[in-house]
Amino acid sequence: MSHAIAVDANAMRAPFPAERGIDVYNKKLGMWIFLASEVMFFAALIGAYVILRFGAPGPWAKPGVVLSIQITAFNTFLLVCSSVSMVKAYAAIQDGNPNGLRFWLGLTILGGACFVGIQVFEYIHLVQHGFTPAGVREGSHLAELVEKGELPAATMGLYGSTFFTMTGFHGFHVSCGVISMLYLFLTKALPGKYTAQDFGGIEVVGLYWHFVDLVWIILFTIVYLV
Amino acid sequence: METAHAHKRPNYIAIWIWLAALTALELGLAFELPITQNLKLLLLMILAIWKALLVALYFMHLKFEGWNLRFVALFPIPLVLILLAAGLSEHIW
Repeated sequence: MSHAIAVDANAMRAPFPAERGIDVYNKKLGMWIFLASEVMFFAALIGAYVILRFGAPGPWAKPGVVLSIQITAFNTFLLVCSSVSMVKAYAAIQDGNPNGLRFWLGLTILGGACFVGIQVFEYIHLVQHGFTPAGVREGSHLAELVEKGELPAATMGLYGSTFFTMTGFHGFHVSCGVISMLYLFLTKALPGKYTAQDFGGIEVVGLYWHFVDLVWIILFTIVYLV
Repeated sequence: METAHAHKRPNYIAIWIWLAALTALELGLAFELPITQNLKLLLLMILAIWKALLVALYFMHLKFEGWNLRFVALFPIPLVLILLAAGLSEHIW
């Protein structure tokens, strides 16, 4: 009988404690394992770009001729700023400051949304000038540059497909991050459900957001500056 | 809730200033400079890795995590290097 009571009492507790072996709670460990798989995903994309570029049957276009480096540099700075605001949101709730969390998380969402907006603007601008995933569109401004010999005709198709694949997948990741943060903002941060003792969601989504920033730092250098 | 090990909080604004300065330096390198293309490539990659490390160590708090979690974060890196080496070696043979 006493054994039955003990079983009932145990049933009131959480089913299992957080995994202790690696000294982190499960959600955080899960996010790190996911990010490790994401490293491989982006390594495949960047690796394909590097291999195609070095093995291309001719010279590669200078990024400055095709792409707007100034706008993207501003966008890079914006993403770095949103990473800082994310870590400030994390620090605010760690200190038990829900208003600080709301302010900094809101700012991060705004920064991420602006990044995606500027990227869409950049894509529209590039396509209007004739740079598409299939290469250079006939009759466009860039097609004239190809005819003048200022852009290499042989590799523009490869350039277009690799550029839009890499930046497009990164933009998709940023969009997913913005949607995730907006969800947490509306359902948990705004109603004040996060406390100094329970802010795992902010830490986990923050890890994802910083990873997206980290990938962009590498992509920006490889795609826009090299 | 378990979080990163107790540690002194890094100065996030100082990291941000570093990141902004390194980005400005990268932009400066993107212009035509009296250095070889290979040197420019090397400098740009060093700056990019430097920035990525700042984000990973201070914003993702890897600097303050235990080695178990650092291992989870680091284990894809050798795989990435193998992937790149295998791909690039195709052009060397």
